[in-house]
Amino acid sequence: MIKTEHLSKRYETVTAVEDVTFEVRPGEVLGFLGPNGAGKTTTMRMLAGFVTPTAGKAFICGHDVEAEPLAAKERLGYLPEGAPSYGEMRVRRFLEFIADLRRLEGSRRRQRLDHVIGRLQLASVLEQSIDTLSKGFRRRVGLAQAIIHDPPVLILDEPTDGLDPNQKFEVRALINEMAPDKIIVISTHILEEVDAVCNRAIIIARGRIVADDTPLKLAARSRYYNAVSLQLERPEQLAAARAAVAALPSVADVEVSERDVRLTALPRAGAAILPAVAELASSKGFALKELHLESGRLDEVFRSITA
Amino acid sequence: MRNVGIILRRELASYFATPLAYVFILIFLVLANAFTFYLGGFYERGQADLEPFFAFHPWLYLFLIPAISMKLWAEERKSGSIELLMTQPVKIWEAVLGKYFAAWIFIAIALALTFPIWITVNYLGDPDNGTIIAAYLGSLLLAGGFLAVGSCMSALTRNQVVAFILGVVVCFLFLLAGYPMVVNAFQSWAPQALVGAIASLSFLAHFQSISRGVLEARDLLYFAMLIGFFLFATTVALDLRRAD
Repeated sequence: MIKTEHLSKRYETVTAVEDVTFEVRPGEVLGFLGPNGAGKTTTMRMLAGFVTPTAGKAFICGHDVEAEPLAAKERLGYLPEGAPSYGEMRVRRFLEFIADLRRLEGSRRRQRLDHVIGRLQLASVLEQSIDTLSKGFRRRVGLAQAIIHDPPVLILDEPTDGLDPNQKFEVRALINEMAPDKIIVISTHILEEVDAVCNRAIIIARGRIVADDTPLKLAARSRYYNAVSLQLERPEQLAAARAAVAALPSVADVEVSERDVRLTALPRAGAAILPAVAELASSKGFALKELHLESGRLDEVFRSITA
Repeated sequence: MRNVGIILRRELASYFATPLAYVFILIFLVLANAFTFYLGGFYERGQADLEPFFAFHPWLYLFLIPAISMKLWAEERKSGSIELLMTQPVKIWEAVLGKYFAAWIFIAIALALTFPIWITVNYLGDPDNGTIIAAYLGSLLLAGGFLAVGSCMSALTRNQVVAFILGVVVCFLFLLAGYPMVVNAFQSWAPQALVGAIASLSFLAHFQSISRGVLEARDLLYFAMLIGFFLFATTVALDLRRAD
């Protein structure tokens, strides 16, 4: 379990993190969201024992990170922001170095090395020095380093930054695969990632937690939640359709995009407007290309809470 | 303790993974020999000993050792790898010792490669090899002292140039502590005990007594305590400023 109690970090002139309290349980994949400079990295560094909190405590599996740093660090796999490593080392030597520090020995050492090399597709670069690798490979070396000892807790600061879409897919699959029996915290500013891997999201802004919920419920806070989007066949019907939809009692507002001949009807709080809109379209004879129900937009919620 | 060895091996290998090691060793050998023959008058003295060789080591180390030590911690901070190292299950003092001993072994390798001059002096005459061995030991201890100072300076900053300059300045003060210009400046007003204490901090006095072949416990203790103090200071500096 990860636990923080009133964690704060103040520098001389700025407060990076203020009174952050949360718990993460096994099986949870927590997405840490926030604009750049919101305090995500500082919070993760305090969890990893790299930054000393000004106030408050952090616990990894019940071990106070400041009071029992070794016990906490043994149970933690950590990918620092930017995946730093020793550039002059070859990938194989680097992973062996970490395996030694993590006390992996004998057949288990071999098996874990083989596992991470295979899982993160590093076999082709094992004898290259890390300095010569592309950003994507460097990130994967950082991930390999974090999971090599199969820790119960993983903290990954922007694990997919710099990866191409295929590599992102692979890394997300890896996280999903490890999720059931681990505690995973990832920070990201890519919102689709939260949908792809997280079952809980904390949004942090100006050092404080401003939202803590499942991605689905967070998206439900969006004004687009249960909105109905319809695309028309004929542009000339757009104005009439807009007026008709806006006249429905449960519709709060209508947004129009002329470019793709689309209307988005936003419901009043709690109202379900899909049946009414569908019925209206058929009774008025609007030719529809597409009609769908929106599940809410995380990016819009993100903007409205953090801006 | 096991981590000290793991980190030491990684560090030592990293010296030789870049041209740094070879450039350093080359410059060290060229300068050491140039000083011996041109400034020290190795042949002209007509004596079969290595005094002109060892006499210049303090001044050689003054610039070359901070050049090695400046990267110990400043580079880790700059590249961010310190975050990786400090979040492994490693105690800070283990990392400090591992990196320190790797650098010291590296300098020992450079020093050992000066062996041709030892062969030369044995070929030319009949030197006191016991004195020479003691002088080598003294030189290595001196290097260790400079290196410990440099390690501490490197832990204070993320800028290697700053680490280098701080290292040179602090090492220079320790060198000069025994020289009349420093001692005299204190003699007129300071109590005798303080003058004695400052003079006894001198690298040179302790180095010279060892390099004359006199292995005394107090000189060995001096270097051990000096190195211990600065490595402890390195650990404290790193712990206080882990992330800065």
